[in-house]
Formats: sequence, structure tokens, C-alpha cells
Amino acid sequence: MPAIDLDRIAELARIELTPDSAAAFRADLQRVLALVDRLQAVDTTGVAPMSHPLDLPQRLREDVVTEADQRDALLALAPTAENGLYLVPQVIE
Amino acid sequence: MSAERLLTSSLRELAAALAEGRTRAEALADAALERAQALQERLNAFITLTPEAARAAARAADERRRAGNVSLLSGIPLAHKDLFCTRGVRTTAASRMLAEFVPPYDAFVVERLADAGAVSIGKTNLDEFAMGSANEHSHFGPCRNPWDTSRIAGGSSGGSAAAVAAGIVPVATGTDTGGSVRQPAAMCGVTGIKPSYGRVSRYGIIAYASSLDQAGVIARSAEDCALALTAIEGFDPRDSTSLDRPSEDHAAALAAADGQLDGLRLGLPREFFAAEGLDADVRSAVEAAARTYESLGARLVEVSLPRAELAIPAYYVIAPAEASSNLARYDGVRYGYRAPDYADLDDMYRKTRAQGFGDEVKRRILVGTYVLSHGYYDAYYLQAQKLRRLIAEDYRQAFDSCDLILAPTAPTTAWRLGEKGQDPVQEYLQDIYTIGANLAGLPALSHPCGFDSAGLPIGCQLIGPYLAETRLLLAAHAFQGKTDWHRQLPPL
Amino acid sequence: MNRTDWETVIGLEIHAQLTTRSKIFSGASTAFGAEPNRQACAIDVALPGTLPVLNRGAVERAIRLGLAIEAEIAERSVFARKNYFYPDLPKGYQISQYELPVVKNGAITVQVGEGEAAYEKTVRITRAHLEEDAGKSLHEDFHGMTGIDLNRAGTPLLEIVSEPDMRSAEEAVAYARALHTLVRWIGVCDGNMQEGSFRIDANVSVRPKGETRLGTRREIKNLNSFRFLQQAIDYEVRWQIETLEEGGTVQQATVLFDPERGETRVMRTKEDAHDYRYFPDPDLLPLVIDRAWIEEVRSNLPELPQALRRRLVEAHGLTPYDANLLTASKELADYYLAAVAAAGQALAKPCANWILGELAAKLNRSGIEIGESPVLPAHIAALVRRVQDGTISHAGAKKVFEALWTGEGQDVDAIIEAQGLEQVSDESALESLVDAAIAANPKSVEEFRAGKEKALNALVGQVMKASRGAANPQRVTELLRRKLTG
Repeated sequence: MPAIDLDRIAELARIELTPDSAAAFRADLQRVLALVDRLQAVDTTGVAPMSHPLDLPQRLREDVVTEADQRDALLALAPTAENGLYLVPQVIE
Repeated sequence: MSAERLLTSSLRELAAALAEGRTRAEALADAALERAQALQERLNAFITLTPEAARAAARAADERRRAGNVSLLSGIPLAHKDLFCTRGVRTTAASRMLAEFVPPYDAFVVERLADAGAVSIGKTNLDEFAMGSANEHSHFGPCRNPWDTSRIAGGSSGGSAAAVAAGIVPVATGTDTGGSVRQPAAMCGVTGIKPSYGRVSRYGIIAYASSLDQAGVIARSAEDCALALTAIEGFDPRDSTSLDRPSEDHAAALAAADGQLDGLRLGLPREFFAAEGLDADVRSAVEAAARTYESLGARLVEVSLPRAELAIPAYYVIAPAEASSNLARYDGVRYGYRAPDYADLDDMYRKTRAQGFGDEVKRRILVGTYVLSHGYYDAYYLQAQKLRRLIAEDYRQAFDSCDLILAPTAPTTAWRLGEKGQDPVQEYLQDIYTIGANLAGLPALSHPCGFDSAGLPIGCQLIGPYLAETRLLLAAHAFQGKTDWHRQLPPL
Repeated sequence: MNRTDWETVIGLEIHAQLTTRSKIFSGASTAFGAEPNRQACAIDVALPGTLPVLNRGAVERAIRLGLAIEAEIAERSVFARKNYFYPDLPKGYQISQYELPVVKNGAITVQVGEGEAAYEKTVRITRAHLEEDAGKSLHEDFHGMTGIDLNRAGTPLLEIVSEPDMRSAEEAVAYARALHTLVRWIGVCDGNMQEGSFRIDANVSVRPKGETRLGTRREIKNLNSFRFLQQAIDYEVRWQIETLEEGGTVQQATVLFDPERGETRVMRTKEDAHDYRYFPDPDLLPLVIDRAWIEEVRSNLPELPQALRRRLVEAHGLTPYDANLLTASKELADYYLAAVAAAGQALAKPCANWILGELAAKLNRSGIEIGESPVLPAHIAALVRRVQDGTISHAGAKKVFEALWTGEGQDVDAIIEAQGLEQVSDESALESLVDAAIAANPKSVEEFRAGKEKALNALVGQVMKASRGAANPQRVTELLRRKLTG
């Protein structure tokens, strides 16, 4: 099993790891991956992946506007909002 | 009616008492709230109690009863796992991330039960975002087992199982992604059912792993489960995976049954009973349950689920993969926790998620991110999906020679809090008997079938073919007609 | 060292916003211009417990586009999650189609260039897939914060991906314009580029002529006008060739075009490319489209520009150039077809001339869309008929047109009457004028009789003058000829 690039994974997941917690997580992940690595031993040639328990087509909704404006209720949930906008630290494009 | 009576009454008995005016919904709500509060410190079964809303709902139920025409669940107190969104009542998923989150809507299940007149007294404890098998991973502290408060209640729906076992409410909702209804039901000596995937709408349930999550109920008997399940089933256009078919009246089927199971073929998977780690007491109790079924007319047959052991690795790839994506929305922007100090946007994300999520959630997000990441997708995620098909196929084949599968719910009884300690894998291995039904989308239930030498309850699991909920409930109901394991009360 | 001859290779990815009323996975409105976040419902904001349900209207539009580009409509396609963090992406993933798109293997043939140099070019379309749009980041300063408006989040998009078949900016622009016409033609997208309804990403690379492998490409993001598309590609091609000729290498990158400087600049390189971790969205099931639905959509499809263009040339006798102009939009083509329907197909050419000449000039000058033209197709038809039957001269027709345009009159015959534009064609009325002209211009008469054809024109002119322009010049000519040679 290759060594896990934990920094890259944590960055993709946007989870900050302190040096202490990184060591613990690394050990945990190694254990979990050792468990899931048992899958590698199985020959699955020709088996179609099953991404869902339901073998049904997607249901479609009609193209109708059903949602009323709920801005005030929704913005009230936000940590920071102003002038009808959610606010986040400056995004530099 | 006293709280004592509430403790041992069935839903039909309670409904009769309400109908005959021997008690009122408000009195039942008061009794349930009182008991919940009295036991909160010992059990920590609840994250939030809603006495005012409960009393208002109870009074409304009493009003409607006076006006006539109420359903069987009208005025019955119950509790919701704190993973179901409740309008105006904070819904935390047992996470710091959502500790203050108050949804502007009700989950479908919540809505259905409220429409039926049931009275919610509050929100029960769980493993954070339903990730766990012990209810130890909660931002609000672990839930404890009513049979021994030094032990776990099971998870993730530990609070719901404990609340029913402790006689606080006769029924509670749960969700089951890898055993989260059945396993705590087994640990707490109550009955719990996870229906077929698609039976119950996922709308308003905080997602853990969407292709595995399914709502269920925990109650004191199969009959009570049947009544509650009948109320929450049905088509919901807001969930693309909700089955568009009429719901079945499971309870009516039970009422019409004669208590015999003549000709029912019960399959005992060889691999389950041979599995390493199966506790001897559990094994003998489940085998005894099989003999009881036999005495009711069922025929025992040996079946094989050759890839049973591989369900664990397959599940611990698929569930974390879906979770890593489902939990990406918790970024501190639109709702929920935001870290107080950060340097820039990415730092806000990283700190918010580091502080807002507990360790087990972070572990699963990291594992899920890893198995989906470039270069690992085929080896892990795609391979797990292929295994998923093979595992589902094993179940399908097993059902060629049996009508229901009988198995232990969990390999052991409730362990001591903190006992599994450092290694997350030890906890994962506990899910061996339950996750197959989730991977295949099958209905399954757990009912009590005895106690181990320490006096802890043991669960017996029945797994059915797709949409065979009624068959499962009929079998468990017949079992409970002949046994009284489900009537045992914890020494609180 | 020999100078290398370079070949440009371009492929376009075009995001067309679909014209549905509601969003692709929620029942929130897609109307443009609402106040921030008033059209962002709980699903769009990704509140916990909310779930996506697919909009039939979005799928129907994807089928329509697929049929219009003669592509395969997938019987089964799959929605996947594209995972990345960005504040305008509420779920932390975008629902899109990845491995199995709804439309694949289409093509359109477009006209490139004008006149002698014009040629046809077929551009293959690899795929078109459904996906949801993200919200908007507003970078005005809110105490050092960025504002997020999620109204656009969840708006349905069709991403139309071409093969790298284009070899010049002109070809790329011709293809983009043709697709722009087509999506509006079939009503799947309003094509409003200012509002971002039609956004173009261009993948550009260069390679030495004769080389079959593709060069390293750079992707120019979010071009919202054809002019910028042209300028951005021109700049990019120049830059890439210069870089290579100076011995440098082109790094794969995503770039933005700065219209003010006329330059592209790097947004991100491949090294910091995302790892999107695509996987099938477990909240959605495979999209299944049956034959019957496809046929139903097909039966409601209008005649497509390419087919109409062919018909205008073959049946209406128009030049390919005029046919191309008339099919620039569905509205214009419909206008033309309505005029021809009223005038009769034999008058197709004069109808086209009026529409592309007088009318187009007026519309252009006053900035009016064809749909709002005060001159209606029925007017054009009446006008060309009256010219055809000799009632009015071309000059008279121009006056009628002017009256129709200004609203002075609404009926062609009434205007002719009111302005006295009817030509005198009656022989007896013309005869005295003709006789007078012959009598008054013996020199011209003599010249004509001596074989000088031109002299006849002078006599016609005299008659026209005497009639104050009312005489039908054709009839006058006939009469003069008869009298002088008879």
C-alpha cells in the first residue's frame, strides 16, 4: 500500500490538521485502508459497478416554479450576511 | 394514565386509552417529558427536548379527538433522531457544525407523523452525522445504555433506542445507513426496522451516505413498528429515490395474522454464524430464536452469503466516499458553524471544518476523499461498487432458497463506553451483519431474543427480499406472540 | 533556420443557459434580474436534508439541441458530482454529467467567410451535457468581504463541447455564431450574451503544419462576445507561436481574456489543477429517455436553418449569401417566409431584396428588432405585388415603404391612393402625352429612327416628366416604340 499523501487529501477536503492530529489521522487512515484493501483481492472482471440500490430511471418534475422567495429566512441562518448577500472573506480572482 | 403504564403499553393500548378517554394526549406528553428529563443525566438520550411545542401539539391532538375522527397515532408521544430536520427546532446531527441550526422545514417523516397527530417531545442523540456504531461520537456526549449506563447504547440511532427502551416514548424514528436502527435496537433490547431503500422519503434527513441512508423506526414490538412504519411510508416527489407506489398497511396485515409461520423458510447464512468475533452468548441466543421460529412452523435452511466479510470493506469505501461529498456543504458560508479566526477564505474553510466536525467524521471525510481522488478511484471506489453488485447478487441468490434470512444483529452485546478506544476499525467490524442489507437496499429488522451472561440484551435480525417489510414484521410479530424478550424492562 | 508554418487548432466549449422557467433541480425561478438571493431556495442554498429532482423541461431542451445537431440522444445518461470548494458553489459539488452525457456525436456545418472566399465547414460536436450553474461572487468591497448571490445557482446549462476541428479564429467565430443562432432558433436558450446566457470557452493550441499530434493547449475562459472570441484567439495564437519560435514551451493552463488590454493572462496552471473526484450522484438515478419522447420532440422541431437555407436557394431562387443572411435568426426567417407566403413564391426574390435592403437598413439604423418592425410581412408582400403588377414604380414603392415605416399609413393601397402614386398605364391616357412628346422632340425621334436606341430613353423621360412621374415607364416605352416604328 502506498503512503498516503495526507496533506493533499486534507487540502482537498479543506480540513486543517495540526501536527499532532495529523499523526493520529495518518495512523487511523492506514488502519482503515488496510481494512478496505481486502477488496483488491477479489476478481471483479466483467462485473458492472452498482452505484445505487434502485434499478430505476430518474423521475422528472414538471418545469414549474414552486418555490417562493425565502431569502430573509435563509439569510438569517448565515454566519455573516448583509444587503441580501452571503459574505465570505475576499475572493481574489 | 401514569408514566408507569406508558412504559409497558403498546401503541394499540395507548390508542384505546385515548379513545376511551382514560387518558389525554397532553397527559401522555407530560409523562414522557417528565421521564425524559428525569433520565437525561443518566442516559443522555436527548439533545433537545421541546416541552412547549410538545404540549401545544398534544393539546391540538386532544382538540381534534373531541371533534372526532383521529388516526391511531394521534396523541402518541414520540421522539425524532436529531438527524431529521424539524421546522423551528434546532437540528444538530450531534455536530458542533450544526449546534445552532434551526431548519425552516420538516423532514417528510416528521411531517407524516405530525399529520397523523403524533406528538414529538424532542430530538434524540446520535453519532455525529450518523457516523458510528456506539453513539459515542456525539458533540453532545455519548448516549448510555438503559440496561447498563456504563455501556454504549449502540449507534448511530442510540438516543432513539435508549428512549424507547427506557420507556420514555413508545416509538422513535431512526435512520439506518449501515445498521444504525437495528444495531442500537439490539443493544437496547427493543425492536427496530429499516425498510427497503426508497420506501421512506429521505427529504429532510441530513445526509450521510445517500445510496445507503434509509429512515426507520424503533419501538417496543414488531406490531408498533408496523404501525409507525405504515405512517411514514409513501411517495414523496421531493426525493428522486422515493418509490412511487402506494404504501402498505403492515399493521392491518399483522392484525389479520394467526401467529403461525407455516412453511416460512428461514435462511441461516453459514458465513454469519462462522464469523470470527461472534460472541458465544449471542450465537446461542440467536440459534435459540431460530428454534423458536421453527416451533412456529418455519423451516430452517442453511444459505450462503460468500462475500459477507467483504461487505465491511465495500461499505467503508462507499459510505465515506458519499459522505465526503455530502458534507462538503458545511463550509461556514450559508449556515452552521464558522471558525472565529481565519486568514483568508481557504483558511476559513479549513478551520471551520476542522473545528466543526468531530474526529470520526473527519476520518470518514478523509477516507472518502482519498478513495475518490485521482489515481485511487478505480482501485477503491469502483472496485467497491463492483463488490456491492456481487454482494447484492449473493442476497438475491440466497432468497432463491429462503423467504427471510435470520442472523445476529451484532456480533456482541453492548460494550463499555470507551472500550473500543483507539482503533476505529474495531468499531467498523461490528457492522458485519447489518451493512449487507444497506448495500443491497433490502429491508431488515432487529428484535430482542435474549440476554447474555451480563444481562445485556441480544438482537436477532431478519433480512427480507426487496419490499418484503410485511413478511419481516409478520415473522417478528409471531415470534413476539410466543416470547416475552421484548417485554423485559431495563433496571432503571 | 526556416520559419515554421503554424497551424492553429481550436475547440470550443459553450455553456448555453436553458430557457426553463424553473431551475434544473429545484422549483426556484430562473428569471433574470431579481434582487440577490431572492431566487435561491433551500435546495439551491444546499440546506441539509434538501434533495435534487430533475426538471423535465431541461431534459426536453437537451433532446431538442441533440436532434438539431443530428447527434445521438443517450438512452441512459448519468449525473455525477464534480467536487470542489468555492463560495458560489453551495453544495461543495456541481451536479453535472461526466462519463455518460445526454447528447453525443453531433455536428453542424457552417458558412465561413463571404463572397468568393466563402466556404463550408463541418464542426463535430463531441457531446452536450446537462449541468447546474453556480452562483455569483460580487467583488465590490463589503468591508473586505466578498458578497455571494446564489440566484443563478442551479440554473440549467447545456455544455456543448466541440471537437478541435477549427483552424482559425474566423472558423471558431462562424461556428459559435451558428450555434448561437441554432440554440435561439430552436428556443432552448435566449442567447443573451451580456446576461451570460451563452458563454464560450476556447481551447487553443498551435502545431507545425503537417504535424498530426495536438500541441499543448491553453483554455480561454468565459468569453461573452464574438468579438472577444476573435480577439482572444488571435492574441493567444500569436503569443503561442512567438513563445515557441523563441524556443519556449507552452504550459497547459486556463487563461482569462482582458478585453481592455487585448491580452490573455494565466488564471491557473495544470499543476494546481483541481482533483474533482467525480462520482455518480447517489441522490439521482440514471436519466432514461425513450424513443417515443425523442420522436415527440422531433415532431415539434421547427425547420432548421441549414435545411431552410437549402430550400431558399433551391426553391426560392435566392443566392446562398442572401439565404444565409435571411436565416441569421428564426425571427428574420419567419418574417421572410410570412412575406413570401402572402406574396407568392414567384415574388420571393423581391421580398428578400426588400427585407435585406430597405427594411434591414431601417431596423439597423433605429436599433429595432424585426419583431417590433412597424412594417409587417403582409406590407412587404403587398408592396412587391403592386410593383409587379405595375401599379407603382420602384420609386413609388419606396415612398409607400416610408409611409408604412413612419406609421403614416397602414395599408399599401390606401397609401398609393392617398399619395397618388399609382402609375398611369391606361393607353388612352398615355397616348396624348406620347404624341405630345413625339411632336415636341423631333430630334430624338429622328435619332431613334436612325437606329440610336438611347434616343428612346429621352422621349420616355419627357413623357414621365409631363405625367409628373405617374406614367408607367414600361407602358410608355412600349407605346413610343410602337408609334415610332409602326
